[in-house]
Amino acid sequence: MIKIVKRDQPSRAIFFFTPVLAIFLTLVAGGLIFFILGFKPFEALKFFFIVPIADKYGFSELLLKATPLCLIAIGLSFCFKSNNWNIGAEGQLTFGAIVSGGVALIFYEQEGFYILPIVILAGAIGGMLYASIPAILKTYFNTNEILVSLMLVYVSKLILDYLVVGPWSNPEGFNFPETRQFSDSAKLPLLFEGLRIHAGIFLALAAVVISWFVFYKTYLGFQMKVSGFSLKTAKYAGYKGKKMIILVFLISGACAGLAGVGEITGPIGQLHREISPDYGFTAIIVAFLGRLHPVGIIFASLVVAITYLGAETAQIFMQIPKYTGQVFQGMILFFLLASDYLLFFKIKFIGSKK
Amino acid sequence: MIIDINFIGLIIASIMASAVPLILASCGELITERSGVLNLGVEGMMIIGAISGFALMTVTGSLIIAIFGAMLAGVLISTIFAFLTQTLITNHVATGLALTIFGIGISAMIGKNFVGIPGKEFPVLFEGLKDTIPLLGPILFGHSIVFYFAFALPFITSYFLKKTKIGLIVRAVGDSPESASNQGINVRLVRYACILYGGAMSGLAGAYLSMIYTPQWIENMTGGRGWIALALVVFSTWNPIKILIGAMIFGGLTIIQFHMQAIGVRIPVQFLTALPYIVTIIVLVVISRDSRKIRLSTPSSLGKSFHKDN
Repeated sequence: MIKIVKRDQPSRAIFFFTPVLAIFLTLVAGGLIFFILGFKPFEALKFFFIVPIADKYGFSELLLKATPLCLIAIGLSFCFKSNNWNIGAEGQLTFGAIVSGGVALIFYEQEGFYILPIVILAGAIGGMLYASIPAILKTYFNTNEILVSLMLVYVSKLILDYLVVGPWSNPEGFNFPETRQFSDSAKLPLLFEGLRIHAGIFLALAAVVISWFVFYKTYLGFQMKVSGFSLKTAKYAGYKGKKMIILVFLISGACAGLAGVGEITGPIGQLHREISPDYGFTAIIVAFLGRLHPVGIIFASLVVAITYLGAETAQIFMQIPKYTGQVFQGMILFFLLASDYLLFFKIKFIGSKK
Repeated sequence: MIIDINFIGLIIASIMASAVPLILASCGELITERSGVLNLGVEGMMIIGAISGFALMTVTGSLIIAIFGAMLAGVLISTIFAFLTQTLITNHVATGLALTIFGIGISAMIGKNFVGIPGKEFPVLFEGLKDTIPLLGPILFGHSIVFYFAFALPFITSYFLKKTKIGLIVRAVGDSPESASNQGINVRLVRYACILYGGAMSGLAGAYLSMIYTPQWIENMTGGRGWIALALVVFSTWNPIKILIGAMIFGGLTIIQFHMQAIGVRIPVQFLTALPYIVTIIVLVVISRDSRKIRLSTPSSLGKSFHKDN
């Protein structure tokens, strides 16, 4: 007999164990999907999760993909912890990239140490501006932030499309939908010769450290935690709710904007139509998988980054459709949410009597 | 330029046609939300419906199997959501997002073999009556059965919620699950049913897109319509008749965009494409500004989990 019993208190051990369980279940379910599609499950999983990171180049690619995911997820954890559902990070990334790209284009013929900091700052400001729209509409007009932030994703991608096709397109570019290449001073330096991993990773690590400090060592972190737990309690405690909502949105917008900067001044080096393979949406999964904890998010971003690489490798070597990556991402979140049940409930096996 | 009165009729008819998927998905989600469940997976369920309908039509050749198959696919995928949120008591927002991400991935995976295959012609009703009445002819006649169903649905939904006993139960569950439960209503069962119904309607909306509106499979072909459908529910303040108005406005924006391009209005095409999204935001702001009105019309337990032991 199986009996389900409510726990007196959510289990802390299980809190950190369930993400591992979720990843395991995703692998099992993924193997099953591969089997149904007619691939050898173990071979497919090997090409998906091991082959891509087996060498130095692969590992650099892993860090390259994990960087924006980690950065955005850290920002989102500020929102999610305090019960603000910013799901438009993809739009904030895009708008941050547009603003910083615009600044980088101003300097396209110049070199100088001052250019890169200005470009990075512009990206953060762009992301903040874009995130401030749902924040202000939520606080002053009571508008649902989920829908507004999401609608703005579509708008940002259309703005980018308009710019790279029209006014910002490279005059010597034979009408390709892309801007000029940025000057070398506007590009993030590469860390190793021959690998694509760039200095943007330090932005992500800085975000991890700062967020850890804010969450666990400041009054703001405490306020966020209380508001996330119960908005009513936060109100009784007299917290300035509106100010906090705007602040967490600005922080997460800045992080997403920086992720956008990292992409265009790192591996891409110019603006074109597709600057992000939905990092902004995938980062939502990373934030949850990392339990909204800075260290957890580092691990989660590495795990989820593999699904991007794995999808590419599996497509090249086994003709497995690349969307499998997205399927895995969705499944991880499903399994994570499902296994959270174990946080609050115990499953007891009771020996049946004869 | 001579404006033919039948031409105006045709434009109105095309606006109505583009409103159909929004009406279907919104009316489905409205029932789900009225029972207190916020399912953000509409976009995912819709795209699953779109590929299922198109794939079944191509493989079996039967339009009926395809339409019902798409609805069934919507039901099946929403079962995941229902099981997670109702049985395992997960967060509605996160689960809905997972459903959308998963749905887009799975649909692209299945759809890989169906890209570039031409669709089939879907039969229309009352074709011969189109020219009998000026203006109204093209509006009223010559549409698919799904089209007529969509325009009847808001009225059926309204009747269901206001006049039937089951409708009353759904509203009771959404407004106060505790009292409903005390009255002996199985809250979880009602919510399961409402989620699955929402899935069926989203699936049908998707099938309409891939089988009737633009008969082909294109990756990500729902293009945010699922999210606009969610916004329409807020716009309607949970009143099905107002969904009709909202869907016509958005359908109008989509169609006007084509006509503006056709007559050579010099506005960047991207701006026109962005218009429905921008208008959605503006409309949401206008509707939500009156917080008292929103509070009164929102199902009180919307998005909150209910567990009997609590």
